Amino acid sequence: MLAALRKKTGSKARRSYTGNAIVFSFIGVLALLSALPLIYTFINSIKPIDELFQFPPKFTVSRPTFDSYRELYQLASTMWVPLSRYLFNTLFVATAGTLFHALFSSMAAYPLAKHQFPGKNAVFSVIVMGLMFVPAVTFMPLFVIMSETKLLNTYAAMIFPGIGLSLGLFLMKQFIEQLPDAILEAARIDGASEFRTFFAIVLPNAAPAIMTVILFQFTQMWNFTQTDLIFSESLKTLRAALDQIVPKGDPILRAGPGSAASVILMLPPIALFILIQRKVVETMTFAGIK
Amino acid sequence: MIRAMKLAVKKHKESYLLMTPYMLFFLAFTILPVIICIVLGFTYFSMVDAPRFIGWHNYVRMFLDDDVFIIAVKNTLLFAFVTGPIGYLISFLVAWMINDMPRTLRSIATTIFYIPAIAAPSVYPMWFQVFSPDEYGYVNSFLIRLGVIDHPIAWLLDPKYMMGVLILIQLWLSLGISFLAFIAGLQTIDKSLYEAGVMDGIKNRFQELWYITLPSMVPQLVFGAVMQIVASFSVADVSIELAGFPSTDYAAETIVTHLRDYLNIRYELGYTSAISVVLFLMMVFSSRLTTKLLHKVGS
Repeated sequence: MLAALRKKTGSKARRSYTGNAIVFSFIGVLALLSALPLIYTFINSIKPIDELFQFPPKFTVSRPTFDSYRELYQLASTMWVPLSRYLFNTLFVATAGTLFHALFSSMAAYPLAKHQFPGKNAVFSVIVMGLMFVPAVTFMPLFVIMSETKLLNTYAAMIFPGIGLSLGLFLMKQFIEQLPDAILEAARIDGASEFRTFFAIVLPNAAPAIMTVILFQFTQMWNFTQTDLIFSESLKTLRAALDQIVPKGDPILRAGPGSAASVILMLPPIALFILIQRKVVETMTFAGIK
Repeated sequence: MIRAMKLAVKKHKESYLLMTPYMLFFLAFTILPVIICIVLGFTYFSMVDAPRFIGWHNYVRMFLDDDVFIIAVKNTLLFAFVTGPIGYLISFLVAWMINDMPRTLRSIATTIFYIPAIAAPSVYPMWFQVFSPDEYGYVNSFLIRLGVIDHPIAWLLDPKYMMGVLILIQLWLSLGISFLAFIAGLQTIDKSLYEAGVMDGIKNRFQELWYITLPSMVPQLVFGAVMQIVASFSVADVSIELAGFPSTDYAAETIVTHLRDYLNIRYELGYTSAISVVLFLMMVFSSRLTTKLLHKVGS
Protein backbone atom coordinates (compact mmCIF):
# COMPACT_ATOMS: atom_id res chain seq x y z
CA MET A 1 0.00 0.00 0.00
CA LEU A 2 2.83 2.37 0.80
CA ALA A 3 4.32 1.74 -2.61
CA ALA A 4 0.98 2.48 -4.23
CA LEU A 5 0.85 5.73 -2.34
CA ARG A 6 4.24 6.79 -3.61
CA LYS A 7 3.17 6.12 -7.15
CA LYS A 8 -0.09 8.04 -6.81
CA THR A 9 1.59 11.15 -5.53
CA GLY A 10 4.44 11.02 -8.00
CA SER A 11 3.96 14.60 -9.10
CA LYS A 12 4.43 15.92 -5.58
CA ALA A 13 7.50 16.44 -3.48
CA ARG A 14 9.18 13.22 -2.38
CA ARG A 15 7.41 11.13 0.22
CA SER A 16 9.77 9.24 2.50
CA TYR A 17 8.87 5.88 4.03
CA THR A 18 9.45 7.31 7.49
CA GLY A 19 7.10 10.18 6.68
CA ASN A 20 4.45 7.77 5.48
CA ALA A 21 4.88 5.60 8.56
CA ILE A 22 4.41 8.61 10.85
CA VAL A 23 1.35 9.75 8.92
CA PHE A 24 -0.21 6.30 8.90
CA SER A 25 0.28 5.59 12.58
CA PHE A 26 -1.09 9.03 13.49
CA ILE A 27 -4.14 8.50 11.28
CA GLY A 28 -4.59 4.96 12.58
CA VAL A 29 -4.60 6.02 16.23
CA LEU A 30 -6.97 8.91 15.55
CA ALA A 31 -9.32 6.74 13.51
CA LEU A 32 -9.45 4.24 16.34
CA LEU A 33 -10.20 6.98 18.88
CA SER A 34 -12.83 8.36 16.58
CA ALA A 35 -14.61 5.08 16.01
CA LEU A 36 -14.16 3.49 19.44
CA PRO A 37 -17.16 5.06 21.20
CA LEU A 38 -19.45 3.93 18.39
CA ILE A 39 -18.06 0.40 18.33
CA TYR A 40 -18.40 0.34 22.10
CA THR A 41 -22.03 1.46 21.96
CA PHE A 42 -22.77 -1.23 19.41
CA ILE A 43 -21.03 -3.96 21.42
CA ASN A 44 -22.90 -2.89 24.55
CA SER A 45 -26.18 -3.20 22.73
CA ILE A 46 -25.56 -6.89 22.02
CA LYS A 47 -24.26 -7.81 25.49
CA PRO A 48 -26.41 -10.02 27.72
CA ILE A 49 -27.32 -8.39 31.05
CA ASP A 50 -24.66 -10.14 33.15
CA GLU A 51 -21.87 -9.06 30.80
CA LEU A 52 -23.09 -5.45 30.90
CA PHE A 53 -22.42 -5.27 34.63
CA GLN A 54 -19.36 -7.44 34.73
CA PHE A 55 -16.49 -6.36 36.94
CA PRO A 56 -13.94 -5.39 35.89
CA PRO A 57 -15.76 -4.08 32.78
CA LYS A 58 -14.81 -5.77 29.55
CA PHE A 59 -14.82 -4.18 26.11
CA THR A 60 -15.67 -7.30 24.16
CA VAL A 61 -18.77 -9.47 24.21
CA SER A 62 -18.53 -13.24 24.61
CA ARG A 63 -22.20 -14.24 24.24
CA PRO A 64 -23.84 -11.75 21.85
CA THR A 65 -27.63 -11.48 22.05
CA PHE A 66 -30.42 -9.25 20.81
CA ASP A 67 -32.09 -9.16 24.24
CA SER A 68 -31.56 -5.42 24.62
CA TYR A 69 -33.34 -4.72 21.35
CA ARG A 70 -36.19 -7.01 22.39
CA GLU A 71 -36.44 -5.27 25.76
CA LEU A 72 -36.43 -1.86 24.10
CA TYR A 73 -39.23 -3.00 21.82
CA GLN A 74 -41.26 -4.26 24.77
CA LEU A 75 -40.71 -1.04 26.72
CA ALA A 76 -41.75 0.94 23.67
CA SER A 77 -44.92 -1.05 23.15
CA THR A 78 -46.15 -0.15 26.65
CA MET A 79 -46.38 3.52 25.65
CA TRP A 80 -49.81 4.74 24.63
CA VAL A 81 -48.42 6.34 21.48
CA PRO A 82 -47.09 3.55 19.25
CA LEU A 83 -43.43 3.66 18.34
CA SER A 84 -44.27 3.74 14.64
CA ARG A 85 -45.97 7.10 15.19
CA TYR A 86 -42.76 8.60 16.61
CA LEU A 87 -40.80 7.13 13.73
CA PHE A 88 -43.26 8.63 11.27
CA ASN A 89 -43.01 12.04 12.98
CA THR A 90 -39.23 12.04 12.80
CA LEU A 91 -39.11 10.90 9.21
CA PHE A 92 -41.83 13.32 8.15
CA VAL A 93 -40.31 16.34 9.87
CA ALA A 94 -36.75 15.55 8.74
CA THR A 95 -37.73 14.74 5.16
CA ALA A 96 -40.09 17.67 4.63
CA GLY A 97 -37.69 20.14 6.27
CA THR A 98 -34.78 18.81 4.25
CA LEU A 99 -36.50 18.77 0.87
CA PHE A 100 -37.99 22.26 1.18
CA HIS A 101 -34.72 23.66 2.48
CA ALA A 102 -32.79 22.06 -0.39
CA LEU A 103 -35.26 23.24 -3.04
CA PHE A 104 -35.85 26.79 -1.77
CA SER A 105 -32.24 27.49 -0.91
CA SER A 106 -31.02 26.35 -4.33
CA MET A 107 -33.70 28.45 -6.03
CA ALA A 108 -32.47 31.48 -4.10
CA ALA A 109 -28.83 30.57 -4.62
CA TYR A 110 -29.11 30.67 -8.41
CA PRO A 111 -29.82 34.42 -8.81
CA LEU A 112 -27.38 35.21 -6.00
CA ALA A 113 -24.67 33.33 -7.86
CA LYS A 114 -25.41 34.22 -11.47
CA HIS A 115 -27.58 37.35 -11.72
CA GLN A 116 -26.80 41.00 -11.14
CA PHE A 117 -29.53 42.90 -9.32
CA PRO A 118 -29.81 45.66 -6.72
CA GLY A 119 -29.47 44.46 -3.12
CA LYS A 120 -27.65 41.26 -4.04
CA ASN A 121 -24.53 41.85 -1.96
CA ALA A 122 -26.49 43.06 1.05
CA VAL A 123 -28.70 39.97 0.95
CA PHE A 124 -25.72 37.66 0.71
CA SER A 125 -23.82 39.24 3.58
CA VAL A 126 -26.88 38.95 5.82
CA ILE A 127 -27.09 35.27 4.87
CA VAL A 128 -23.42 34.73 5.71
CA MET A 129 -24.05 36.36 9.08
CA GLY A 130 -27.00 34.01 9.43
CA LEU A 131 -24.48 31.16 9.69
CA MET A 132 -23.92 32.48 13.19
CA PHE A 133 -27.57 32.53 14.23
CA VAL A 134 -27.39 29.10 15.80
CA PRO A 135 -30.56 27.46 17.14
CA ALA A 136 -29.47 28.28 20.68
CA VAL A 137 -29.70 32.00 19.87
CA THR A 138 -32.94 31.90 17.89
CA PHE A 139 -34.83 29.36 19.93
CA MET A 140 -36.53 31.69 22.41
CA PRO A 141 -37.84 34.17 19.81
CA LEU A 142 -38.93 31.22 17.67
CA PHE A 143 -41.10 30.15 20.56
CA VAL A 144 -42.63 33.64 20.67
CA ILE A 145 -43.19 33.65 16.89
CA MET A 146 -44.76 30.19 16.92
CA SER A 147 -47.08 31.04 19.78
CA GLU A 148 -48.14 34.35 18.14
CA THR A 149 -48.86 32.62 14.82
CA LYS A 150 -50.64 29.70 16.55
CA LEU A 151 -48.13 27.30 15.03
CA LEU A 152 -47.04 26.01 18.42
CA ASN A 153 -47.64 22.29 18.74
CA THR A 154 -47.84 21.61 14.99
CA TYR A 155 -45.45 19.91 12.59
CA ALA A 156 -44.85 23.34 11.07
CA ALA A 157 -43.15 24.50 14.27
CA MET A 158 -40.45 21.90 13.70
CA ILE A 159 -40.23 22.13 9.90
CA PHE A 160 -40.39 25.87 9.11
CA PRO A 161 -37.32 27.06 11.04
CA GLY A 162 -35.22 24.41 9.28
CA ILE A 163 -36.21 25.68 5.85
CA GLY A 164 -34.85 29.16 6.54
CA LEU A 165 -31.34 28.18 7.64
CA SER A 166 -28.28 29.76 6.03
CA LEU A 167 -25.89 26.89 5.48
CA GLY A 168 -27.70 25.30 2.54
CA LEU A 169 -28.05 28.53 0.63
CA PHE A 170 -24.43 29.37 1.28
CA LEU A 171 -23.14 26.03 -0.03
CA MET A 172 -25.45 26.13 -3.05
CA LYS A 173 -24.39 29.66 -3.99
CA GLN A 174 -20.70 28.80 -3.85
CA PHE A 175 -21.30 25.77 -6.02
CA ILE A 176 -23.57 27.33 -8.63
CA GLU A 177 -21.06 30.16 -9.06
CA GLN A 178 -18.61 27.59 -10.44
CA LEU A 179 -20.98 26.36 -13.15
CA PRO A 180 -19.83 27.67 -16.53
CA ASP A 181 -21.87 30.62 -17.84
CA ALA A 182 -21.86 29.09 -21.30
CA ILE A 183 -24.45 26.42 -20.50
CA LEU A 184 -26.74 29.06 -18.99
CA GLU A 185 -26.31 31.29 -22.05
CA ALA A 186 -27.20 28.39 -24.32
CA ALA A 187 -30.45 27.85 -22.46
CA ARG A 188 -31.30 31.56 -22.60
CA ILE A 189 -30.66 31.74 -26.33
CA ASP A 190 -33.09 28.86 -26.74
CA GLY A 191 -35.63 31.13 -25.10
CA ALA A 192 -35.89 29.39 -21.72
CA SER A 193 -37.16 31.47 -18.82
CA GLU A 194 -34.96 31.78 -15.75
CA PHE A 195 -37.20 29.28 -13.96
CA ARG A 196 -36.84 26.83 -16.80
CA THR A 197 -33.06 27.39 -16.86
CA PHE A 198 -32.93 26.75 -13.15
CA PHE A 199 -34.91 23.52 -13.19
CA ALA A 200 -33.53 22.10 -16.46
CA ILE A 201 -29.89 23.20 -16.31
CA VAL A 202 -28.79 24.44 -12.89
CA LEU A 203 -30.53 21.90 -10.69
CA PRO A 204 -29.31 18.75 -12.49
CA ASN A 205 -25.77 20.13 -12.66
CA ALA A 206 -25.76 21.02 -8.98
CA ALA A 207 -26.75 17.51 -7.89
CA PRO A 208 -23.67 16.89 -5.71
CA ALA A 209 -24.17 20.20 -3.90
CA ILE A 210 -27.79 19.37 -3.26
CA MET A 211 -26.73 16.00 -1.85
CA THR A 212 -24.47 17.77 0.62
CA VAL A 213 -27.22 20.12 1.68
CA ILE A 214 -29.60 17.20 2.08
CA LEU A 215 -27.10 15.32 4.20
CA PHE A 216 -26.40 18.19 6.60
CA GLN A 217 -29.99 19.18 6.90
CA PHE A 218 -31.26 15.65 7.40
CA THR A 219 -28.69 14.92 10.10
CA GLN A 220 -29.55 18.13 11.87
CA MET A 221 -33.28 17.58 11.72
CA TRP A 222 -33.00 13.90 12.63
CA ASN A 223 -31.04 14.87 15.74
CA PHE A 224 -33.50 17.65 16.61
CA THR A 225 -34.02 17.55 20.37
CA GLN A 226 -35.64 20.90 21.20
CA THR A 227 -39.15 19.65 21.60
CA ASP A 228 -40.34 22.65 23.61
CA LEU A 229 -42.27 23.76 20.55
CA ILE A 230 -44.30 20.55 20.73
CA PHE A 231 -46.43 19.53 23.69
CA SER A 232 -48.65 16.87 22.19
CA GLU A 233 -47.15 13.44 22.77
CA SER A 234 -48.33 12.14 19.42
CA LEU A 235 -46.30 14.80 17.56
CA LYS A 236 -43.00 14.13 19.29
CA THR A 237 -39.97 12.68 17.56
CA LEU A 238 -38.34 9.30 17.98
CA ARG A 239 -35.44 10.79 19.92
CA ALA A 240 -37.77 12.51 22.38
CA ALA A 241 -39.70 9.25 22.84
CA LEU A 242 -36.59 7.12 23.39
CA ASP A 243 -35.29 9.71 25.87
CA GLN A 244 -38.41 9.05 27.93
CA ILE A 245 -38.00 5.27 27.87
CA VAL A 246 -34.30 5.36 28.58
CA PRO A 247 -33.74 8.16 31.09
CA LYS A 248 -30.57 10.17 30.63
CA GLY A 249 -27.95 10.53 33.29
CA ASP A 250 -28.19 7.02 34.70
CA PRO A 251 -25.51 4.59 33.55
CA ILE A 252 -27.08 1.57 35.25
CA LEU A 253 -30.83 1.79 34.70
CA ARG A 254 -31.76 0.25 31.36
CA ALA A 255 -28.18 0.32 30.09
CA GLY A 256 -28.89 -2.40 27.54
CA PRO A 257 -31.99 -0.88 25.90
CA GLY A 258 -30.22 2.49 26.12
CA SER A 259 -27.38 1.26 23.93
CA ALA A 260 -29.87 -0.35 21.57
CA ALA A 261 -31.72 2.98 21.29
CA SER A 262 -28.45 4.79 20.59
CA VAL A 263 -27.61 2.37 17.79
CA ILE A 264 -31.07 2.72 16.24
CA LEU A 265 -30.92 6.51 16.41
CA MET A 266 -27.50 6.86 14.83
CA LEU A 267 -27.93 4.38 12.02
CA PRO A 268 -30.11 6.34 9.53
CA PRO A 269 -27.90 9.46 9.29
CA ILE A 270 -24.75 7.33 9.08
CA ALA A 271 -26.26 5.20 6.31
CA LEU A 272 -27.22 8.35 4.43
CA PHE A 273 -23.71 9.74 4.82
CA ILE A 274 -22.07 6.61 3.47
CA LEU A 275 -24.47 6.55 0.53
CA ILE A 276 -23.73 10.07 -0.64
CA GLN A 277 -20.25 10.64 0.73
CA ARG A 278 -18.56 10.89 -2.65
CA LYS A 279 -20.95 13.51 -3.94
CA VAL A 280 -20.52 15.47 -0.75
CA VAL A 281 -16.79 15.76 -1.13
CA GLU A 282 -17.20 17.03 -4.68
CA THR A 283 -19.37 19.87 -3.42
CA MET A 284 -17.39 20.99 -0.47
CA THR A 285 -14.70 21.83 -2.96
CA PHE A 286 -16.51 25.02 -3.77
CA ALA A 287 -17.47 26.06 -0.28
CA GLY A 288 -15.44 28.77 1.28
CA ILE A 289 -15.60 32.42 2.17
CA LYS A 290 -13.23 34.41 0.03
CA MET B 1 -36.58 56.40 -4.97
CA ILE B 2 -39.73 54.29 -4.86
CA ARG B 3 -40.00 54.54 -8.64
CA ALA B 4 -36.41 53.37 -9.03
CA MET B 5 -37.12 50.42 -6.76
CA LYS B 6 -40.24 49.51 -8.72
CA LEU B 7 -38.22 49.63 -11.93
CA ALA B 8 -35.50 47.43 -10.48
CA VAL B 9 -38.04 44.88 -9.28
CA LYS B 10 -39.69 44.85 -12.69
CA LYS B 11 -36.40 44.45 -14.52
CA HIS B 12 -35.11 41.68 -12.28
CA LYS B 13 -38.48 40.12 -11.62
CA GLU B 14 -37.29 36.56 -12.16
CA SER B 15 -34.31 36.90 -9.81
CA TYR B 16 -36.49 38.21 -7.02
CA LEU B 17 -39.19 35.62 -7.66
CA LEU B 18 -36.71 32.76 -7.43
CA MET B 19 -35.52 34.10 -4.11
CA THR B 20 -38.94 34.75 -2.63
CA PRO B 21 -39.80 31.34 -1.08
CA TYR B 22 -36.47 31.03 0.67
CA MET B 23 -36.36 34.65 1.76
CA LEU B 24 -39.81 34.38 3.35
CA PHE B 25 -38.63 31.52 5.59
CA PHE B 26 -35.24 33.12 6.15
CA LEU B 27 -36.76 36.43 7.21
CA ALA B 28 -39.47 34.87 9.37
CA PHE B 29 -37.42 32.22 11.14
CA THR B 30 -33.84 33.45 11.09
CA ILE B 31 -33.82 37.25 10.83
CA LEU B 32 -37.02 38.06 12.72
CA PRO B 33 -35.90 35.99 15.75
CA VAL B 34 -32.67 37.97 15.93
CA ILE B 35 -34.57 41.26 15.78
CA ILE B 36 -36.94 40.04 18.48
CA CYS B 37 -33.93 39.06 20.57
CA ILE B 38 -32.39 42.51 20.29
CA VAL B 39 -35.67 44.22 21.21
CA LEU B 40 -36.57 41.86 24.07
CA GLY B 41 -33.04 42.23 25.42
CA PHE B 42 -34.10 45.66 26.67
CA THR B 43 -37.20 44.39 28.46
CA TYR B 44 -38.40 42.36 31.39
CA PHE B 45 -40.56 39.60 29.91
CA SER B 46 -41.91 36.49 31.60
CA MET B 47 -44.29 35.31 28.86
CA VAL B 48 -47.26 35.98 31.18
CA ASP B 49 -47.33 39.80 31.10
CA ALA B 50 -46.45 42.03 28.19
CA PRO B 51 -42.74 42.91 27.95
CA ARG B 52 -41.78 45.93 30.09
CA PHE B 53 -38.98 48.23 28.86
CA ILE B 54 -36.06 48.36 31.29
CA GLY B 55 -33.24 49.79 29.17
CA TRP B 56 -29.75 48.39 29.68
CA HIS B 57 -30.71 46.71 32.94
CA ASN B 58 -30.33 43.13 31.62
CA TYR B 59 -26.84 43.84 30.37
CA VAL B 60 -25.80 45.58 33.58
CA ARG B 61 -27.16 42.66 35.58
CA MET B 62 -25.40 40.13 33.38
CA PHE B 63 -21.94 41.58 33.81
CA LEU B 64 -22.20 42.98 37.34
CA ASP B 65 -24.71 40.89 39.29
CA ASP B 66 -24.73 37.45 37.73
CA ASP B 67 -21.79 35.43 39.05
CA VAL B 68 -22.88 32.33 37.18
CA PHE B 69 -22.84 34.24 33.90
CA ILE B 70 -19.20 35.11 34.51
CA ILE B 71 -18.45 31.40 35.05
CA ALA B 72 -20.38 30.65 31.85
CA VAL B 73 -18.33 33.17 29.86
CA LYS B 74 -15.12 31.78 31.29
CA ASN B 75 -16.08 28.21 30.42
CA THR B 76 -17.31 29.16 26.95
CA LEU B 77 -14.04 30.95 26.21
CA LEU B 78 -12.15 27.94 27.55
CA PHE B 79 -14.11 25.67 25.20
CA ALA B 80 -13.62 28.13 22.36
CA PHE B 81 -9.89 28.59 22.85
CA VAL B 82 -9.12 24.92 23.50
CA THR B 83 -11.54 22.93 21.35
CA GLY B 84 -11.77 25.60 18.64
CA PRO B 85 -8.13 25.79 17.52
CA ILE B 86 -7.23 22.18 18.42
CA GLY B 87 -10.31 20.83 16.66
CA TYR B 88 -9.55 23.05 13.69
CA LEU B 89 -5.93 21.88 13.53
CA ILE B 90 -6.84 18.20 13.88
CA SER B 91 -9.51 18.61 11.20
CA PHE B 92 -6.95 20.08 8.86
CA LEU B 93 -4.17 17.64 9.70
CA VAL B 94 -6.40 14.61 9.23
CA ALA B 95 -7.82 15.96 5.97
CA TRP B 96 -4.31 16.70 4.72
CA MET B 97 -3.01 13.28 5.70
CA ILE B 98 -5.82 11.25 4.18
CA ASN B 99 -5.71 13.33 1.02
CA ASP B 100 -2.82 11.26 -0.33
CA MET B 101 -4.70 8.00 0.10
CA PRO B 102 -6.25 6.10 -2.81
CA ARG B 103 -9.89 6.97 -3.39
CA THR B 104 -11.59 4.06 -1.64
CA LEU B 105 -9.37 4.23 1.42
CA ARG B 106 -9.97 7.97 1.58
CA SER B 107 -13.74 7.45 1.48
CA ILE B 108 -13.57 4.99 4.35
CA ALA B 109 -11.33 7.29 6.38
CA THR B 110 -13.61 10.28 5.73
CA THR B 111 -16.58 8.31 6.98
CA ILE B 112 -14.82 7.11 10.14
CA PHE B 113 -13.68 10.62 11.04
CA TYR B 114 -16.97 12.30 10.27
CA ILE B 115 -19.23 9.80 12.04
CA PRO B 116 -18.83 11.32 15.54
CA ALA B 117 -20.29 14.57 14.21
CA ILE B 118 -23.35 12.72 12.94
CA ALA B 119 -23.85 10.32 15.81
CA ALA B 120 -22.84 12.46 18.81
CA PRO B 121 -26.34 13.00 20.24
CA SER B 122 -26.95 9.25 20.21
CA VAL B 123 -23.73 8.34 21.94
CA TYR B 124 -23.84 10.59 25.02
CA PRO B 125 -25.19 7.77 27.25
CA MET B 126 -22.12 5.75 26.36
CA TRP B 127 -19.79 8.43 27.73
CA PHE B 128 -21.58 7.98 31.04
CA GLN B 129 -20.48 4.40 31.26
CA VAL B 130 -16.93 5.34 30.33
CA PHE B 131 -16.70 8.06 32.99
CA SER B 132 -19.03 6.42 35.51
CA PRO B 133 -18.26 7.58 39.09
CA ASP B 134 -17.89 4.04 40.50
CA GLU B 135 -15.34 1.36 39.70
CA TYR B 136 -17.64 0.03 36.97
CA GLY B 137 -16.65 3.02 34.87
CA TYR B 138 -14.04 2.13 32.27
CA VAL B 139 -11.72 5.00 33.09
CA ASN B 140 -11.88 4.37 36.84
CA SER B 141 -11.47 0.62 36.52
CA PHE B 142 -8.55 1.08 34.16
CA LEU B 143 -6.76 3.64 36.34
CA ILE B 144 -7.31 1.57 39.50
CA ARG B 145 -5.84 -1.51 37.85
CA LEU B 146 -2.85 0.54 36.73
CA GLY B 147 -2.49 1.77 40.29
CA VAL B 148 -2.71 5.46 39.33
CA ILE B 149 -5.66 6.05 41.69
CA ASP B 150 -6.89 4.00 44.64
CA HIS B 151 -10.54 5.06 44.72
CA PRO B 152 -12.96 5.87 41.90
CA ILE B 153 -13.26 9.50 40.80
CA ALA B 154 -16.59 11.14 39.95
CA TRP B 155 -15.33 12.55 36.67
CA LEU B 156 -18.57 14.20 35.63
CA LEU B 157 -19.74 15.35 39.07
CA ASP B 158 -16.54 16.74 40.56
CA PRO B 159 -15.98 20.38 39.54
CA LYS B 160 -12.24 19.70 39.50
CA TYR B 161 -12.41 17.25 36.58
CA MET B 162 -15.63 18.17 34.83
CA MET B 163 -14.35 20.69 32.32
CA GLY B 164 -11.34 18.59 31.39
CA VAL B 165 -13.51 15.59 30.58
CA LEU B 166 -16.06 17.65 28.68
CA ILE B 167 -13.32 19.31 26.62
CA LEU B 168 -11.98 15.87 25.68
CA ILE B 169 -15.42 14.72 24.55
CA GLN B 170 -16.05 17.95 22.67
CA LEU B 171 -12.73 17.43 20.87
CA TRP B 172 -13.84 13.93 19.92
CA LEU B 173 -16.77 15.36 17.96
CA SER B 174 -15.01 18.40 16.54
CA LEU B 175 -14.25 16.93 13.11
CA GLY B 176 -17.38 18.29 11.54
CA ILE B 177 -18.28 20.32 8.53
CA SER B 178 -14.91 22.11 8.51
CA PHE B 179 -13.21 18.74 8.07
CA LEU B 180 -15.33 18.04 4.98
CA ALA B 181 -14.57 21.50 3.62
CA PHE B 182 -10.83 20.88 4.02
CA ILE B 183 -10.95 17.51 2.26
CA ALA B 184 -12.75 19.12 -0.63
CA GLY B 185 -10.40 22.11 -0.67
CA LEU B 186 -7.36 19.85 -0.85
CA GLN B 187 -8.86 17.98 -3.78
CA THR B 188 -9.21 21.06 -5.93
CA ILE B 189 -5.71 22.41 -5.71
CA ASP B 190 -4.19 22.51 -9.16
CA LYS B 191 -1.79 19.56 -9.44
CA SER B 192 0.58 21.51 -11.67
CA LEU B 193 1.30 23.83 -8.75
CA TYR B 194 2.97 20.92 -6.97
CA GLU B 195 5.05 20.06 -10.03
CA ALA B 196 6.16 23.67 -10.27
CA GLY B 197 6.95 23.54 -6.58
CA VAL B 198 9.27 20.59 -7.03
CA MET B 199 11.06 22.52 -9.81
CA ASP B 200 11.45 25.49 -7.52
CA GLY B 201 13.20 23.38 -4.94
CA ILE B 202 10.48 22.36 -2.50
CA LYS B 203 11.97 19.34 -0.79
CA ASN B 204 9.43 17.81 1.56
CA ARG B 205 5.74 17.68 2.18
CA PHE B 206 5.91 20.22 4.98
CA GLN B 207 7.38 22.94 2.77
CA GLU B 208 4.81 21.98 0.16
CA LEU B 209 2.09 22.41 2.77
CA TRP B 210 3.19 25.90 3.80
CA TYR B 211 4.10 27.35 0.40
CA ILE B 212 1.51 25.76 -1.86
CA THR B 213 -1.33 23.94 -0.11
CA LEU B 214 -2.34 26.46 2.55
CA PRO B 215 -2.33 29.58 0.36
CA SER B 216 -4.39 27.73 -2.26
CA MET B 217 -7.24 26.96 0.08
CA VAL B 218 -7.79 30.14 2.04
CA PRO B 219 -11.55 30.23 1.27
CA GLN B 220 -12.08 26.76 2.74
CA LEU B 221 -9.86 27.61 5.70
CA VAL B 222 -11.99 30.66 6.42
CA PHE B 223 -15.25 28.75 6.03
CA GLY B 224 -13.95 26.00 8.32
CA ALA B 225 -12.84 28.53 10.90
CA VAL B 226 -16.20 30.27 10.96
CA MET B 227 -18.04 26.97 11.41
CA GLN B 228 -15.58 25.87 14.11
CA ILE B 229 -16.03 29.15 16.00
CA VAL B 230 -19.79 28.87 15.85
CA ALA B 231 -19.61 25.28 17.09
CA SER B 232 -17.24 25.94 19.97
CA PHE B 233 -19.09 29.06 21.16
CA SER B 234 -22.38 27.19 21.25
CA VAL B 235 -21.20 24.16 23.22
CA ALA B 236 -24.04 23.13 25.51
CA ASP B 237 -25.36 19.65 24.79
CA VAL B 238 -22.24 17.90 25.96
CA SER B 239 -22.43 19.77 29.28
CA ILE B 240 -26.18 19.33 29.78
CA GLU B 241 -26.18 15.65 28.86
CA LEU B 242 -23.12 14.62 30.83
CA ALA B 243 -22.44 17.06 33.67
CA GLY B 244 -26.10 17.61 34.50
CA PHE B 245 -28.26 20.68 34.27
CA PRO B 246 -27.22 22.61 36.25
CA SER B 247 -23.82 21.03 36.80
CA THR B 248 -22.26 20.81 40.27
CA ASP B 249 -21.49 24.39 41.42
CA TYR B 250 -22.21 25.46 37.83
CA ALA B 251 -18.66 24.32 37.10
CA ALA B 252 -19.56 23.25 33.55
CA GLU B 253 -21.96 26.14 32.80
CA THR B 254 -21.56 27.65 29.33
CA ILE B 255 -23.29 30.68 27.84
CA VAL B 256 -25.78 28.44 26.06
CA THR B 257 -26.57 26.33 29.14
CA HIS B 258 -27.03 29.59 31.06
CA LEU B 259 -29.35 30.77 28.34
CA ARG B 260 -31.35 27.55 28.51
CA ASP B 261 -31.58 27.88 32.28
CA TYR B 262 -33.24 31.32 32.03
CA LEU B 263 -35.35 30.19 29.09
CA ASN B 264 -36.66 26.77 30.13
CA ILE B 265 -36.55 26.97 33.91
CA ARG B 266 -36.82 30.60 35.01
CA TYR B 267 -38.84 31.97 32.08
CA GLU B 268 -36.96 35.27 32.12
CA LEU B 269 -37.16 35.82 28.40
CA GLY B 270 -35.84 39.38 28.38
CA TYR B 271 -32.70 38.31 30.15
CA THR B 272 -32.40 35.24 27.87
CA SER B 273 -32.55 37.55 24.85
CA ALA B 274 -29.80 39.75 26.21
CA ILE B 275 -27.59 36.68 26.72
CA SER B 276 -28.28 35.60 23.12
CA VAL B 277 -27.26 39.01 21.82
CA VAL B 278 -23.97 38.89 23.74
CA LEU B 279 -23.25 35.38 22.44
CA PHE B 280 -24.01 36.42 18.89
CA LEU B 281 -21.74 39.48 19.11
CA MET B 282 -18.92 37.31 20.46
CA MET B 283 -19.28 34.95 17.50
CA VAL B 284 -19.35 37.73 14.91
CA PHE B 285 -16.35 39.46 16.47
CA SER B 286 -14.24 36.27 16.58
CA SER B 287 -15.20 35.31 13.03
CA ARG B 288 -14.17 38.71 11.71
CA LEU B 289 -10.86 38.50 13.54
CA THR B 290 -10.13 34.97 12.35
CA THR B 291 -11.07 35.79 8.76
CA LYS B 292 -8.58 38.66 8.78
CA LEU B 293 -5.84 36.48 10.26
CA LEU B 294 -6.39 33.66 7.78
CA HIS B 295 -6.11 35.97 4.80
CA LYS B 296 -2.49 36.44 5.85
CA VAL B 297 -1.66 32.72 5.47
CA GLY B 298 1.30 32.06 3.20
CA SER B 299 1.71 35.71 2.27
